[in-house]
Amino acid sequence: MSAHEIEIILSRQLADCLSVPVFIVDPEGTLVFYNEPAEQILGQRFQDTGEMKVGDWGNAFQPHDKKGNAIPPEELPLVSTIQTHVPAHNTFWIKSLEGKSFKISVTSIPIIGRSKEFAGALAIFWDNDLKL
Amino acid sequence: MRIKLHGTRGAYPTSSKETRKLGGNTSCIEIIEGNERIILDAGTGILETDFDSYRTADRIDILLTHLHMDHIQGLGFFKPIFDPNKEIHIWGPGGSSYPLKDRLNKFLSPPLFPVMLRDIPGKLVIHELSNEPFKIGKFLITSKFVCHPGPTVGYRIQVRSKSVTYIPDHEPVLDKAHLFKEDKWISGFDLCNNTDLLIHDSQFNREEYEKKVGWGHCTMEIAAELSKRANAKHLVMFHHDPAHTDKYRSKMFTNFMSANTFDFPIELAVQGHEIEI
Repeated sequence: MSAHEIEIILSRQLADCLSVPVFIVDPEGTLVFYNEPAEQILGQRFQDTGEMKVGDWGNAFQPHDKKGNAIPPEELPLVSTIQTHVPAHNTFWIKSLEGKSFKISVTSIPIIGRSKEFAGALAIFWDNDLKL
Repeated sequence: MRIKLHGTRGAYPTSSKETRKLGGNTSCIEIIEGNERIILDAGTGILETDFDSYRTADRIDILLTHLHMDHIQGLGFFKPIFDPNKEIHIWGPGGSSYPLKDRLNKFLSPPLFPVMLRDIPGKLVIHELSNEPFKIGKFLITSKFVCHPGPTVGYRIQVRSKSVTYIPDHEPVLDKAHLFKEDKWISGFDLCNNTDLLIHDSQFNREEYEKKVGWGHCTMEIAAELSKRANAKHLVMFHHDPAHTDKYRSKMFTNFMSANTFDFPIELAVQGHEIEI
């Protein structure tokens, strides 16, 4: 088992310091870390779930539009960034694993380090009801 | 493999008698195997290396961890670069936008230095590190970016089954008392894993670190924890604060060791010392 690339390690250290929810995925889309504010949305702690494959976390939130229509994973910003390696943004609704609905805005950015290789992506989830 | 510590001090060189025991030169170590050698970092310690009396190779390899001044300030005064018969290979990390040569040129050019890089008489060959291990003679070299401000790498040097890891400037975790629980989240872990000798940053004690989070250096506690987690067989604590006298630094070390138990040797880096693995 190799250690993560330094850009991913530093992203986690940044995420640890933030009070907004942050998700970090590796180049394959595996969710390798989410911070404590993200745990509030997901309804589970990272130490309990561990890493999650893209198919698992993409469906776990039950992303949907205003009318309740399901949003396919490929239209989620983070999945888009994994596929295209460019930033993405969208506003939609999700359900936590506890069944609670949130309207969130998600901005995802590619993590491309000095080697110019795609190391993964980071997404900030802005919960519109978030009280900082 | 023999490892000579030519410069153990961080930040800037010191010359006071209070720092003489651990040494006042900034970062530089030399790794010797048979009649081959490589040099890691070019702080003022590089001026202690012997290029004339017992080692006369025309090619010299210098591996830089990063370009902070305490790691390159000896380069411009290093005699072999003024010898047209010498071929100096400088290895170091690239940056996101500017190549290593351009960044070195900022230091080796007026007004900071009287001679332009292109006018140096020795033949300079500058190599940006790739992500792949490479060989210089008998030395198998692996470099990895580590947590420190600016492009900074650590090195693992291997000859046959023996290895030495050199990470002089490193803050593996920011503002935490311990490393992350999972090894794969630890900066530099792969370089340290099962190494025979780890030469590692350990500039601060806990009280000092609290005021210097993000400066790119770590505590003795974190250095030892990394060493233990990675199963390093021997830890040399490096990058002494130039403001710390030998007496203060030794007291720090004694306090640390009396509060902890380890099943591998730990010592303070001492300029001039040689370690064989």
